[in-house]
Amino acid sequence: MNDSTAEAPGTESAATPEWASGLRADRVSRRTSGRLIVDGVTLTLRPGETVGLLGPNGSGKSTLLRLLAGILAPSSGVVTLDGRALPEAGRRATARRIATVEQHAHTQTELTVREVVALGRIPHRRAWASASATDTRAVDAALERTGLTDRAGQSWHTLSGGERQRTQIARALAQEPRELLLDEPTNHLDIQHQLDLLDLVAGLPIGTVIALHDLNLAAMYCDRLLVLREGHVLAEGTPGQVLTPSLIKRVYDVEADVTHDPGHPVIRFLRRARKR
Amino acid sequence: MDTRLVDTRQVDTRQVDTSEVDTRRVGTRPVGARRVSTRLLLLIAGGLAALFASVAFAVTIGPADISTADVGAAVTAHLGLGESALPPLRDGIVWNLRMPRTLLAAVCGAGLALCGAVMQSLLRNPLADPFVLGVSSGASTGAVTVVVLGVGGGAVSLSVGAFTGALLSFGLVLVLSHSLGGSTDRVVLSGVAAMQLFSALTSFIVLTSADADTTRAVLFWLLGSLTGAGWGDVLLCAAVLAAVLVVCLGHARTLDAFAFGEEAAAALGVRVARTRLVLLCATALLTATLVSSAGAIGFVGLVLPHATRALTGSGHARLLPVTALAGAVFLVWVDTAARTVIDPQEVPVGVVTSLIGVPAFVAVLHHGRRKT
Repeated sequence: MNDSTAEAPGTESAATPEWASGLRADRVSRRTSGRLIVDGVTLTLRPGETVGLLGPNGSGKSTLLRLLAGILAPSSGVVTLDGRALPEAGRRATARRIATVEQHAHTQTELTVREVVALGRIPHRRAWASASATDTRAVDAALERTGLTDRAGQSWHTLSGGERQRTQIARALAQEPRELLLDEPTNHLDIQHQLDLLDLVAGLPIGTVIALHDLNLAAMYCDRLLVLREGHVLAEGTPGQVLTPSLIKRVYDVEADVTHDPGHPVIRFLRRARKR
Repeated sequence: MDTRLVDTRQVDTRQVDTSEVDTRRVGTRPVGARRVSTRLLLLIAGGLAALFASVAFAVTIGPADISTADVGAAVTAHLGLGESALPPLRDGIVWNLRMPRTLLAAVCGAGLALCGAVMQSLLRNPLADPFVLGVSSGASTGAVTVVVLGVGGGAVSLSVGAFTGALLSFGLVLVLSHSLGGSTDRVVLSGVAAMQLFSALTSFIVLTSADADTTRAVLFWLLGSLTGAGWGDVLLCAAVLAAVLVVCLGHARTLDAFAFGEEAAAALGVRVARTRLVLLCATALLTATLVSSAGAIGFVGLVLPHATRALTGSGHARLLPVTALAGAVFLVWVDTAARTVIDPQEVPVGVVTSLIGVPAFVAVLHHGRRKT
């Protein structure tokens, strides 16, 4: 597999073989109308780690996340959860393990924050069964964790962009997932809310794959990075290993200085030379 | 009346929210409570009582002077629970004319409101109604094929023709939307295409082949009419309604999951394609049955679900049964108005629902504009 030597988090249990536990994509490709959107990507999400997905627009980040969530089926390759292929595990069972947060959630339905969060309990409930105390507890805990308890009764449509994303994360937490997939969740947010949201996500004790545009935020919050270009993996490793001036030049075609702060690299983009 | 309901929706929702926050320790569920909460029980009990009273009262209204006591006597007699003291003529008016008509109005109102609520959620379109998939247009083409062109040589009734046309149209929409990729907006666009096609066919047949009287009869039916309803219609429609209601209630939680779109629903473990197919087929079958019996009664399916959401919130486990009851009560009264307002003439019930429906429709649009 790809570069698995990159920084193994100390929390990893030695008892279970890596391939058998957690979420894993094995050489997955996705072809849409003749074009390869995702091209042979292999990714293992270790328990509790935060993996950042980087790459320019159209590099296949969103499609890869959909493949990982089982919302799309790969054209080739396989996504496994604890060693079982996702279609084999079933949609509902998958949704009890993997939660996703979209880039921009939108609804026309009149819903309160609490009602949105309670949607996360759907995969846990049978068709005619009543809501259990477990459901209520999970919703309460998710609201608490995201600091939305006071907003529970407020209408979704009156929330700001940052609050909406937090509500979606609360909904995802109500699913009680062990894997969380986020697609550019900080888009449209101001810097304060970007940091708040990433603090929240990186602090969760679950495996997270997060697509990001901002290289500095990725360097600050991710344990490991995966850089995509035109659907295939260009680099993988810790932020320090991956975020080099040469790679940034290769992927984005921009010049950058990288300094190594204690802990994580800091990227400073350079202004292009003025063309004559 | 609808305008007021839509206007108070904001306020009402807030009231519901507060109560939910306050009572969550007791276990009240917010979205689509599976637990039959006291609130839902009260709403359903109230709805059933209102429906019962409406039917009993609506049957007494009309040219022949009949009291609620007469209605009670006739009904108990026919159910084999007692002796009828009514003269056969009055008994006939109650049992063979007004009773089936009123009950068919109730069943149609319930069914159309239910289908409308499901369509709006499934297609994520607040302006969707039971006819959005071309079922009513297909039914009208089927009906004029039988009535005007005489296909079937008299052996086939208008209802059968309408039902066949409705299913053909729905089948066309399914095939068309599937070939276009099957997404929600393709389903809606395919429905629009089918609606246009079959409306044009209907107009063409009526204009080229029908005489004035037949045209008038067909037009009357197209606008929706409960005239001449019999017990056969009532029982058939009620049976289909019951079956489809069970299917829809079984999918109530799944429908909740569609609030943020099909992909979000899939991420919540919903098998989207299968759910969409099951619910589209179930509602199309019910709509086709209702349209074959009573014509295309517009606006009930569009407006009642919106009005009901003001009472119940968006959770489908509450919305679906309550909107069905509200639709039933609503159409019983609208039909009573339709057959009495310009007595002895009759207004097609679809005309009355639309006269009430258009202002409500505008109010819904206004409400939607404020929200975005």
